[in-house]
Amino acid sequence: MDILNLDYMLALVPILLRYLPLTLGMAAAGMVLALALACGLAVVRVLKIPGLNAVTLLFISFFRGTPLLVQLFLFYYGLPQIMAFLTSINGITATIMGLTLHFSAYMAESIRAAIVGVDRSQTEAALSIGMTNAQLMRRIVLPQATRIAVPTLMNYFIDMIKATSLAFTLGVTELMGATQKEAAGSFLYFEAFVTVAVIYWAIVEALAWLQRRLESRLNEAYRR
Amino acid sequence: MIKVTQLVKRFGETTVLDGIDLEIREGEIIVVIGPSGTGKSTLLRCLNFLEQPDAGRLAIGDLDVDVTQATKADILSARRRTAFVFQNYALFANKTARENIAEGLIVVNRWPKDRAYARAVEILKRIGLEDKADAYPASLSGGQQQRVGIGRAMAAQAEVILFDEPTSSLDPEWVEEVLGLMKQLASERQTMLVVTHEMSFARDVADRVVFMDGGRIVEQGPPSELFNAPKDPRTRDFLRKVLATQVSSSTPAS
Repeated sequence: MDILNLDYMLALVPILLRYLPLTLGMAAAGMVLALALACGLAVVRVLKIPGLNAVTLLFISFFRGTPLLVQLFLFYYGLPQIMAFLTSINGITATIMGLTLHFSAYMAESIRAAIVGVDRSQTEAALSIGMTNAQLMRRIVLPQATRIAVPTLMNYFIDMIKATSLAFTLGVTELMGATQKEAAGSFLYFEAFVTVAVIYWAIVEALAWLQRRLESRLNEAYRR
Repeated sequence: MIKVTQLVKRFGETTVLDGIDLEIREGEIIVVIGPSGTGKSTLLRCLNFLEQPDAGRLAIGDLDVDVTQATKADILSARRRTAFVFQNYALFANKTARENIAEGLIVVNRWPKDRAYARAVEILKRIGLEDKADAYPASLSGGQQQRVGIGRAMAAQAEVILFDEPTSSLDPEWVEEVLGLMKQLASERQTMLVVTHEMSFARDVADRVVFMDGGRIVEQGPPSELFNAPKDPRTRDFLRKVLATQVSSSTPAS
């Protein structure tokens, strides 16, 4: 007898791939929202806007300091108990919300570090030719900060794709939830989870390839 | 014409500029010399509002402001009338040589891109780097980067170009090409205010040499006067030290 039921695994792949759009969709939505929020948080931190800065620090501290799973349970099971309007929240929305808040806290810090990491001389040169603060941010600082931030932001995106599997604990049938159901029906747990692991792995490898191409394009100006 | 009156700059408790009065006529080449930490660079940075001065008056062309009352618009106006050449070149790292020179024309002067790039190429020809138009700063030598830095300042068509120790970061082999370009500009009567330790440049090119010490202008005059017959003991002392090292360092090792 075979150690692995390969036929079953091959048959499982197209079934599981039907849930790929949901997994990638949640990750993409989370990434876009988290990036937007993180940029806002980073600007507050860089400019040290009074009041908002303290709120931002508390936000980052909480969402970095607690497990994503705890946050998801809090949004999905906890908050509706005290906020009636949240009772209609579905698992997908709660997941996207959790991913957004959780990852924006990490991403805000790496965006802030990237902006601060652009050499001061670049700002001075832009000021010296009469650029306004907005012009020098848009044309000089942010393009250079992007290059610094992209590798870590891509890592967070990869992390986020894998973290969508936690949506399964909120009753969402995405890639991981579907695998669990299939395995429960066939009792071929090992095959099912190896298959889903390979699918996640392949997605991440494809992204890592994209990341290398993007980085090499962004580094074009810096080659000696 | 540029007129600085009673300019003061403090960093905390330290007074770095202690009442500077300076007039620069159109087409004049002024070299500022003096010991380190006497406020030479700070003076240049105050004219460009890279540092906010604490007191004094600044007149450049038809702009004339009390520096403590300067509005955002005044500061932008002062910056657009003065171009800056940095010690560390400070070229925009994400832009090619051509884009570095054209950037101000496009963003600040609102020129159409093709016109700005055409002007940038003209300037690249004048600084002898036409073949490096599409090169990024990281791929250029120090001397080439500083020439592009000067080209960027030329593009601004400012009333004066401020040079803040333009050769101090350069390997010795690149100093001559940068000084050569500055001499070329001087021969075209580009108004220049130059902070440098290159005494031969000061002697050969300057119309007037200004000696600063302790945040004040101690003495100024034509190079022949200042170098050959310095009046103040501090000037004499400084020149003796500097000229001794420059002579010995320019003597080839045997």
